Amino acid sequence: MTDTSLADAPGTTTAQRPFLVVDDLRVHFPTDDGLVKSVDGLSFELRRGEILGIVGESGSGKSVTAQAILGLHKGSKAQVSGRILLDEQDLVPLSENDMRGVRGDEVSMIFQDPLSSLHPFYSIGNQISEAYLVHNKVGKKAAKQRTIEMLQKVGIPNAAGRYDDYPHQFSGGMRQRAMIAMALICQPKLLIADEPTTALDVTVQAQILELIKELRDELNSAVIIITHDLGVVAETCDQVVVMYGGQCVEKGTVDELFDRPEMPYTWGLLGSMPRMDRVRQERLTPIPGSPPSLINVPKGCVFNPRCRFSDRVEGRRCFTEHPDLLETTGSTDPRVRHQVRCHIPPAERQEILLTEIRPTL
Amino acid sequence: MTTTAPQPAASGTRSTEKLLEVEGVQKWFPGRRGGLFGQKGNPVRAVDGVTFSLGAGETLGLVGESGCGKSTTGRAVSKLIEPTGGTVRFEGRDVTKLSPRQMRPLRRELQMIFQDPYSSLNPRHTIGTIVGSPFRIQGEKPKGGVKKTVQDLMARVGLNPEHYNRYPHEFSGGQRQRIGIARALALQPKLIVCDEPVSALDVSVQAQVVNLLEDLQSEFGLAYIFIAHDLSVVRHISDRVAVMYLGKIMELTDRDTLYENPMHPYTHALLSAVPVPDPKIEARREKILLTGDLPSPSNPPSGCVFHTRCPKYKNELSESEREHCRTVEPVLEEKTPGHEVYCHFPQVRSDLVVGEPVTGQIRTTKPKVA
Repeated sequence: MTDTSLADAPGTTTAQRPFLVVDDLRVHFPTDDGLVKSVDGLSFELRRGEILGIVGESGSGKSVTAQAILGLHKGSKAQVSGRILLDEQDLVPLSENDMRGVRGDEVSMIFQDPLSSLHPFYSIGNQISEAYLVHNKVGKKAAKQRTIEMLQKVGIPNAAGRYDDYPHQFSGGMRQRAMIAMALICQPKLLIADEPTTALDVTVQAQILELIKELRDELNSAVIIITHDLGVVAETCDQVVVMYGGQCVEKGTVDELFDRPEMPYTWGLLGSMPRMDRVRQERLTPIPGSPPSLINVPKGCVFNPRCRFSDRVEGRRCFTEHPDLLETTGSTDPRVRHQVRCHIPPAERQEILLTEIRPTL
Repeated sequence: MTTTAPQPAASGTRSTEKLLEVEGVQKWFPGRRGGLFGQKGNPVRAVDGVTFSLGAGETLGLVGESGCGKSTTGRAVSKLIEPTGGTVRFEGRDVTKLSPRQMRPLRRELQMIFQDPYSSLNPRHTIGTIVGSPFRIQGEKPKGGVKKTVQDLMARVGLNPEHYNRYPHEFSGGQRQRIGIARALALQPKLIVCDEPVSALDVSVQAQVVNLLEDLQSEFGLAYIFIAHDLSVVRHISDRVAVMYLGKIMELTDRDTLYENPMHPYTHALLSAVPVPDPKIEARREKILLTGDLPSPSNPPSGCVFHTRCPKYKNELSESEREHCRTVEPVLEEKTPGHEVYCHFPQVRSDLVVGEPVTGQIRTTKPKVA
């Protein structure tokens, strides 16, 4: 462990300045059909020791956000603008070469599909130790030692004996653990987990989420979990960003977001989920229609074609005017303010939630 | 099977009969050889003695983790693969030994919806051809013509009938799943085996399909076998639920009992692992983490197949009780009326889903140690 700055911290997490600031991030892809606005003006802040959940359906831009933070769009046609400040250093203008020094060392990522993210021709141990060799001046022996430690830490039995195994010899849960070991071997200060448990069974998912939380506590890292499962968010995250059509439509602390959700899309997500903890007498209330095209984003509010409440706003503003992400009334946490992108006035939204939404959840 | 004493299979008097009775169904796949010159390996016991029954209009949820044999069970009872043992009775008639040709008339009654809406539709066929194929195969001429019937079906499942001549790639995942549902409905079956029908869909679209399945059930009196790994969806849609592990049913009971008073340690672990979308409930729930990996189904553990990972075996039982778990295999039997459990030492836990006891009473069933 050459990095000593990690030793600071436990306990000082709350009063810190943000470690990651994403400010007006835009990622646009030019295609033959037009400009795909995958991420369009996303902002959030994250402190060390905190876990942020990014929730949304497929195509809402959550994975593209993660890739942009890691600088994976460098060298492609994608147009990235805005600022991504990692510990006050802006990552957007960095060259691919400079980015490589950051990636895997300070920031690392756990990908969704562990089988396609591991190279089938190289042994697990080989692939994990590679990152450590690149970022640290150590010999192969030390790297192997460290890799075995990491494999033990993520709960692989007989780690030394399995160092030379290939990915196909690992089960799905073990591969995901190996991915996590790879992501954590350089003790990143920011860990991005893109649907880390979607391909896994629930009992394995519980183990992996527990592991991510333990490692967060141990390294005091900032963590971003990208998921479509609101249960995972409720279990692990401190704050939540709800994305729809490349934009953040609601954000806040996890308690506020589940206690007093205010954006009709968030209501829609909660209303379409069957609950395991209670029997719902009512039918599920799905969101009608399907997600928007990111080339021809709807005019006005991006959610308006699927919103049941657009008639509550006078003068068809939902269809003409793009709403801003504004702080709502009664936001309690000064650091993570509860913000909503909706034309319906806050008092009326809270009224709708109480009278029309809450009883059906 | 002496419990239900079915009447001689005279057609017409089926109202009191079970629609589907599955008894001791096994599906063992031949084992792979150990190497170039190795001997034949042990058979893979994908499904190993599964017994359940299903009434008309009822939904049975089949849950478990990947590799537990739930899909294989679905395929074996619908005879897409041949069971290697046990019997399947459909409307009182033993269909286990029927050949594919003999099965064909029965296919009208017994349909399937598949998980992956991308690979279960032929990309070269139009929607009209796909949804109309059951009529063609069965040689049936519906009233008003095939096209009219297919378009009615399409409208019923929420597709635009004008899209009759489109190809699967022109539809989204949710729409494709509706196409698969329309095809399964075409001949008005009595039972549909749904193999993870909503797993590949986004949550808002998933809700649309779940609602559609429920509507169709009440409209046509369908029975479903609903195979899924998502315990929330299963609670929503099922009347009864069977939890599977390593090719066997661990626990089988009605939906509310399973979620509120589960008895099997594996069900406990499974329920505790599913996160609930409510941070307050989440904070007080106990997580029972299973250790180790799933044992190989070609070499299942002796005695109770779950004992190698059972938290209760590890932490609570005495050595003589453990001995019992290791050597004697439990059977799936009623511990309380209507609640079948495969465990020597079952125990009701009612606090796992909502974080506090549902009824407040904790019962312990005394084990029958020989």
